[in-house]
Amino acid sequence: MLRLFKADLHVHTCLSPCAELDMSPQEILTAAKKKGIDIIGICDHNSSENCPAVVNAAKKMDIKVIPGLEVTSREEVHVLALFDNVETALRLQEHVYENLPGENDEEAFGRQVVVNEKEEVEGFNNRLLIGATTIPLEEVIRLIHSFGGLAIAAHIDREAFSIIGQLGFIPKNLPLDALEISPRVPIEEAITTYAYDYPITCSSDAHYPDDIGNGNTSFLLEEGSLAEIKKALKNEDGRKLIQVNNPGELRF
Amino acid sequence: MKLKEIVGKLQLQVLVGEERLDSEVTGGYTSDLLSDVMANSKAKYLWITLQTHENIVAVAKLKDLAGIILVNNRKPDEETLKRAKDEKVTLLASGETAFNITGKLFDLIGSKN
Repeated sequence: MLRLFKADLHVHTCLSPCAELDMSPQEILTAAKKKGIDIIGICDHNSSENCPAVVNAAKKMDIKVIPGLEVTSREEVHVLALFDNVETALRLQEHVYENLPGENDEEAFGRQVVVNEKEEVEGFNNRLLIGATTIPLEEVIRLIHSFGGLAIAAHIDREAFSIIGQLGFIPKNLPLDALEISPRVPIEEAITTYAYDYPITCSSDAHYPDDIGNGNTSFLLEEGSLAEIKKALKNEDGRKLIQVNNPGELRF
Repeated sequence: MKLKEIVGKLQLQVLVGEERLDSEVTGGYTSDLLSDVMANSKAKYLWITLQTHENIVAVAKLKDLAGIILVNNRKPDEETLKRAKDEKVTLLASGETAFNITGKLFDLIGSKN
């Protein structure tokens, strides 16, 4: 049976140097639960290393975790890559790591903590995750799709690291699956402002537990999975992306 | 100042637009945010950037810029080259940094802002 799912597809963990250390799997899931979120996407900068921990920690909870990463293209455009399972997310991560120069400086950018589902620190990632890959935007999207993932242009309403900020406008025929807006823009306004032929999703881009769920997207789905979200973005089989702020008031 | 003179003095490589070097340059703009260039550059300006994505051609065309200087030995994408030829946008290149090229261009033509 189709029902409404509230998704926040862009949440960072303590692996992102700019995120708080208390963005641990348990904290993230508790915060998401508190906000009534059914599906969260885990997208750290250029890495999926904390996805296994969050996916495993969520197994006993009534919340679905979509593993992913937020890839920085050569043009410094942020693109969310969301996958069906951790293994494919980690396969994209391999390509990203091969094309991500530099080492992290903890004092300048922050710690990059790798954890397990028991909240134990497994180690520190020393790559320059906050940096840009040398992969062109078009190739980033092609890679994501070759692994069966969703490619969503991140926070297009922001000037920094967004496709519109960096490239002025969205190149013609770019096969993006959706455009993401931050919670600063109401969805109704975004639809008229960004009159492109792509579905629009809203996510929190949370770096702190309190921010999780502040931006979210409602989907009409059979279950909380990437395959269902894919269908909803294409408006297939009755699956739908709900582009209003208060879908609770709608009847289906 | 004629673009030809600037190309000579700054020792720029001409990637696309050899036939348009007679055009007049009235100022310059240095930025890697294309949204910013769209908002703030002016016609007949030379644009200094390290972005090589094909969108730079559309922005230069839209703003009627005198040309684009790609700095730091950045090589344009193939699509960018092709589009620059199609759209008749002049594409120049230099091994120097944006800072150096901007400084030298400023010494040549001064600021118009």
